[in-house]
Amino acid sequence: MINYFPEEVLEQVFSFLTSHRDRNVVSLVCKSWYNVERFSRGKVFIGNCYAISPERLISRFPRVRSLTLKGKPHFADFNLVPRDWGGYVYPWIEAMAKGCTNLEELRLKRMSVSDESLQLIAKSFPNFKSLVLVSCEGFTTDGLAAVASNCRFLRELDLQENEVEDRRGQWLSCFPDSCTSLASLNFACLEGEVNLAALERLVARCRNLKSLRLNHAVTPDILQKILALAPQLVDLGAGSFVHDPESEIYNKLKNVMQKCSSIRSLSGFLDVNARCLPAIYPICTNLTSLNLSYAPGIYNKELVKIIRKCKKLQCLWILDTIGDKGLSVVASTCKELQELRVFPSDRNGVGNAAITGEGLVAISAVTMQPLDEGFGAIVQSCKGLKRLSVSGLLTDQVFLYIGMYAEQLEMLSIAFAGNSDKGMMYVLNGCKKLKKLEIRDSPFGNKALLADTGKYETMQSLWMSSCKVTFGACKTLAEKMPRLNVEIINEGDEMEGGPDDRQSVEKMYLYRTLVGPRKDAPDSVWTL
Amino acid sequence: MIMESIIFPTVKGMAEEDYFSGSQEILHFFDLMSPPLLGVEGGGRGNAPLMSSSASVDCISQSGLGLKERNYLGLSDCSSVDSSGVSNVSEENKSNLNLKATELRLGLPGSRSPERDSDFILLSSDKLDEKQLFPLLPSKDGICSLMQKSIVSGNKRGFSDTMDGFSEKKCSVFAEGKWMFNATGSDSGTPQSVIEAKLAGNAGKNVILSNNSSGTQPTMKKEVPTRALQEGHNKMNGSNNNSSAPAAKAQVVGWPPIRSFRKNTLATTLKTNDEVDGKPVPGALFVKVSMDGAPYLRKVDLRTYSTYQELSSALEKMFMCFTIRQCGSQEAPGREMMGENKFKDLVHGSDYVLTFEDKDGDWMLVGDVPWEMFIESCKRLKIMKGSDAIGLAPRAMEKSKNQN
Repeated sequence: MINYFPEEVLEQVFSFLTSHRDRNVVSLVCKSWYNVERFSRGKVFIGNCYAISPERLISRFPRVRSLTLKGKPHFADFNLVPRDWGGYVYPWIEAMAKGCTNLEELRLKRMSVSDESLQLIAKSFPNFKSLVLVSCEGFTTDGLAAVASNCRFLRELDLQENEVEDRRGQWLSCFPDSCTSLASLNFACLEGEVNLAALERLVARCRNLKSLRLNHAVTPDILQKILALAPQLVDLGAGSFVHDPESEIYNKLKNVMQKCSSIRSLSGFLDVNARCLPAIYPICTNLTSLNLSYAPGIYNKELVKIIRKCKKLQCLWILDTIGDKGLSVVASTCKELQELRVFPSDRNGVGNAAITGEGLVAISAVTMQPLDEGFGAIVQSCKGLKRLSVSGLLTDQVFLYIGMYAEQLEMLSIAFAGNSDKGMMYVLNGCKKLKKLEIRDSPFGNKALLADTGKYETMQSLWMSSCKVTFGACKTLAEKMPRLNVEIINEGDEMEGGPDDRQSVEKMYLYRTLVGPRKDAPDSVWTL
Repeated sequence: MIMESIIFPTVKGMAEEDYFSGSQEILHFFDLMSPPLLGVEGGGRGNAPLMSSSASVDCISQSGLGLKERNYLGLSDCSSVDSSGVSNVSEENKSNLNLKATELRLGLPGSRSPERDSDFILLSSDKLDEKQLFPLLPSKDGICSLMQKSIVSGNKRGFSDTMDGFSEKKCSVFAEGKWMFNATGSDSGTPQSVIEAKLAGNAGKNVILSNNSSGTQPTMKKEVPTRALQEGHNKMNGSNNNSSAPAAKAQVVGWPPIRSFRKNTLATTLKTNDEVDGKPVPGALFVKVSMDGAPYLRKVDLRTYSTYQELSSALEKMFMCFTIRQCGSQEAPGREMMGENKFKDLVHGSDYVLTFEDKDGDWMLVGDVPWEMFIESCKRLKIMKGSDAIGLAPRAMEKSKNQN
């Protein structure tokens, strides 16, 4: 019966399928569905850029319009991965420029993006609309200038936490006067100055601008002008919020903020004079999302005052200067809270005394008992838990709990935990949906690594550093599983003669792939 | 210490779905259409024909084929035919035991629902191959309705191994309420399975459930306020000794981590925040706090407090553990309460005196000046023993004499 469905109808039906999983499922039903689906798929998500090649992507999905790519392992965020490890986006852009020029959206995370890549994007995709770069590196403001100049229909330029070399150029002024389509602009991570006049003009002509996140070069006097031009903003990231609260400019800022009744999301305050904060009180009442995690200049009392006004908050990212009392204010005020992240304000990550912790930490510190039970309770009660990081005083027991209860767990980060191979084996055996496992400094060794080699093909990747895995075991694994890339990252100078099989491996990263060992690995990375 | 946070599923940001994720989902789709369990040995291959219709698709699906075989049968990932497999583990059944444990669905800690008793009743034990595992059927209370078979397989495990070397601390017990085992014809040759559960904390009771092949149904004592079944960690003793090492390392290295980007940004921001309108407006005012006899110092943010009383209670909490230990070493252990009383009031001192070093380098008694003035001049704090503070805190000594 299915064969009698004309393809146009199928296509129409499939157009309602937006999730990748649904589409993957649909494409496995039969050949005809596979073909209809592949020609109609517009958005593709690739969790590991080395799992597949751009050519194969394009041959399967010739009409892809939106591509999401992730490169380096997550622990690269914590400097555990060498800078030249890889994750280059250029080959992807090159391939897309040849085979798939209707690309409109590119979202990259933890990839190495060069100015050449940005220039190639700017030249090759006439309909390009959206560029989102998260935790990337390798480019400068010159690359941004190329994008600004050439992408005529650019709607979104979102730079989150990237390392950008600021060439003090005029990239903002490169947006031509004809560019009126911007809806989202985020350059909070740029360290340098921007052309403020160009920014004002840009905001003035982009009537659809909904999201604007500024860097610290944008001072309150510019901010109040911008807000006057864009009262329709929904998401604002303030740059510098430092001014004399007695001044006329501050008055203007207060007045204009009162009119910004659409703002639902607030962030930034990279530099702040706490006495200027009352200006934001009027918008607090409507806020659903507040991120003050980059604002160490707001100390405890002010934080609490702000939070008391944010009754509709759903998402709060904050520094631990909020303290225990502050958190209880959060609890009593923000009844609709769904997500809370507390970041350490001490640069070295060593906790200070502000958050002493009810809950797991306090129990552990006082009793010197492991935190196993606490995490066990968490994985039991939070049945939908997809991602978990554990560290602290933990034995194999916690991994038993995780294996038993964390049915939906997709990503698990482990540091300084566990006693023996059993811990890792519990997790590998129990968590059926596990996609990413990253482990550092835990006593898991060859037995755990080799106990179930087939499991790794069901996962995206495994990272193990400073564990007890030996070179010989990694070689065995690589031989056994040709569809895995087993990479040893060796930043020392033991290259001569090759390491002994019994030697412990400092860093190992393995991932499933359809395209074999990659060719762009630096000398410090060996693929076995 | 917990890493940044436990990140619950969020909608925003990049979807975590994997390009290959669909091939796992398809398994459930087929599962519904076919009987749940197939033969085990080599059964995986037998399913290949089912997949052949999609054999013509390209390699992406074929790798999915590999995935499907694995999960479709409900085979444990650990039982894949080409893996070295659990059975190669030198510790014979113990590892099976532990791995099977990950399939168990026990009740929530602290829950006492009586229905669970029936869930635990074992049906007749089949000949269970070690490799056979059971698709986890979600059910209420998270209890797998097939778990009874897992327990039967537990019979094979050689529970006698669990009898020795149980640590006192580490066992935590999940299911309260009654455990009933009805194992007939256990094929392990061990007529008795003994599940020894020690309770976390200081109860120190041993609760032993024995499972006779005759099918008697022992019950677990219910007095214990805490939890579940310890699945034979005969390495628990070892684990005790090792557990201190990871914690120490964690503190040294500074895990949980801050992302490098955040670290760098905060560094720059803190610098610029210090000069605003010519007046320093720091966000936090961290000062070191030392205490005589404590092995390490602490830091507190004076800006989080607004009175001396708050500071005093916070320091008390922070340093209480040191005094308790000191008490414990000299006196009988049950005197932890003494430690608390000793700490009642740091500022006005009984056995301890709180002092601070001011901008001129002089050591002063805390409490003389208004709070605002105090935090502006305080450089570091020190908790001195009363005896050392003679001359420094005459008021304190008088007060303590009066109190005593």
